[in-house]
Amino acid sequence: MSLQITSLTVQRQRRRIVEDVSLAAPLAAGSLTALVGPNGAGKSTLIHALAGLLPSGGQLLLDGASLPALPLRQRSRQVALLPQSLPQSVGLSPYELLLGGLLANGVGRREAEARIDAVLRRLGLLDLAMQRLDTLSGGQRQMVALAQVLARQPRLLLLDEPTSALDLRWQLAVLGAVGEDVRQRGAIGVIALHDLNLALRACDRVLVLAGGRLQADGAPDAVLDAALLRRVYGIAARIEPCSQGRPQLIVDQLLPESHPEALPS
Amino acid sequence: MSTTLALDAPLSLAQRYHRANLRRAAVLLLLGAALGLSLLWDIATGPSGLPLQDIVQGLLAPDSLEVADRVILFDVRLPYTCMALVVGAALGLAGAQMQTVLNNPLASPFTLGLAAAATLGAAMAIVFVPALPWLPAELLIPACAFLAALLSTALILLLLRWHGGGSHSLVLFGIALMFALEALVSLMHFLADSNALEQIVFWSMGSLGRADWHNVLLVAVTLLLCFCLAMRRAWALTLLRSGEAQAESLGVDVARVRRACLVEVSLLTAVALCFVGTIGFVGLVGPHIARLLVGEQHRYFLPASTLCGALMLSLASIASKSLIPGLIVPIGIVTALVGVPAFMLLILGRRAAA
Repeated sequence: MSLQITSLTVQRQRRRIVEDVSLAAPLAAGSLTALVGPNGAGKSTLIHALAGLLPSGGQLLLDGASLPALPLRQRSRQVALLPQSLPQSVGLSPYELLLGGLLANGVGRREAEARIDAVLRRLGLLDLAMQRLDTLSGGQRQMVALAQVLARQPRLLLLDEPTSALDLRWQLAVLGAVGEDVRQRGAIGVIALHDLNLALRACDRVLVLAGGRLQADGAPDAVLDAALLRRVYGIAARIEPCSQGRPQLIVDQLLPESHPEALPS
Repeated sequence: MSTTLALDAPLSLAQRYHRANLRRAAVLLLLGAALGLSLLWDIATGPSGLPLQDIVQGLLAPDSLEVADRVILFDVRLPYTCMALVVGAALGLAGAQMQTVLNNPLASPFTLGLAAAATLGAAMAIVFVPALPWLPAELLIPACAFLAALLSTALILLLLRWHGGGSHSLVLFGIALMFALEALVSLMHFLADSNALEQIVFWSMGSLGRADWHNVLLVAVTLLLCFCLAMRRAWALTLLRSGEAQAESLGVDVARVRRACLVEVSLLTAVALCFVGTIGFVGLVGPHIARLLVGEQHRYFLPASTLCGALMLSLASIASKSLIPGLIVPIGIVTALVGVPAFMLLILGRRAAA
């Protein structure tokens, strides 16, 4: 399985938010790719375009088939999006939200029940299964949304900042669960992140986006160097191995005189 | 020993969900029972003193009643009560769907200007259209109210198609249209002579007094049809509560579901309004009470909201006949008078619970 992106362009309200994004090599099965970049870089827009929720120009091929051309039902069985958060005031339990998602995707009742049980158990959410979503914290709701994505077992997982409301322990748990899922099932994971250390730790590949354009693409420890971080984020930073030998981002200072990539007009 | 172990074993998630659904079904049954009692009470309430015992006996064996009592029961009281039932149910069902597809807890069947449009249609019929021998005023006014309500929805849908946008744009269009229509209603007030003005004002107050069996049947058939359509969309509407992008990613065609709901809600509301005039708050408060009772799984929420709407209007009907002895207060006034404090209590109760 592979996802090829060629000359992808996305407009919103007559403004180009993502411009001419092409990958040198397709995203491979069993890989987790981080999509990083400063605020306003176009990460969420790109994720929503990959999910088929925004009209886009260019080519998006999942196993050679055009993703935007797939009928909605067929696409939803292959591609799952995790939004930044679920709405706060929803009088539904996580169980029925997951069940509804699976039934809508054509999964049989018994199979759906088994999958929900397994995924809630795996994410440690069994105790929350029957509580109303509007009684859960932001982080708990985000975990429920992740459970919904994992239970669907899609071929392409698109996660829009899934760790933004989570503490350190849960950030690692989420990245671990997503990485394990895509590797076990041979799926493709794309995850928009702000935390570069998480990208370094858990992802196989990183796409750096700034001003709607692709700035770099490759293995995280190879791509995220001091020059790129200065240019894209306007910071003085370096990647160094930690005491356990893992690459780690160390931020020295903000560079007030620097000019990160301007947004496209 | 093994039996004890089986009894002590924790319930699986599926079993717990099944139990939760049984509780919701029990709530629906209780609402149905309360509605049944309220309907009986409503039938028994009226200026001519028909005791409850005679009414029950008359319902079971109509021939046991005297002719005058039979006429009162079957041609006056029952159509009135049944109209409260079907109109309340229609407004409850319409309100629940509007709040979901517009993602707005303040939405009601009237949010997109339907009530103002229906009032304008009725007012135009009263002021401009002369009495026609082949189309009496009892039919002309509802027909114009119905057409105006549907036209306003068509306008909203056209604007939405032209402009695009989500639920926020839709609510803004609706509010703008509502102000424009209300201005036109005021213009009708200005142009009308005193007799017509009186008719317009009385129509807009909302009254069940215009009920007859034909009207009741028409609203009931529309309600049944729309209820079946809504229940077919129950899972899609449930998923819509998790956000538009999330629902779309789950395979729900959000734009199509919203369009279909709006057309259905407009039809339902227009049919109900054209016979009874403006009856506010039922479509706003009914869904909130239903949400508190059964949550937002729409397979239970939609029937619960339908029942809550019917129960509210049935109780309002009793109040309208009982508030001032010998006089029936227009039910639109009663629902607003009772609805506002009920809504405030609901909001305050929620804040206290939070």
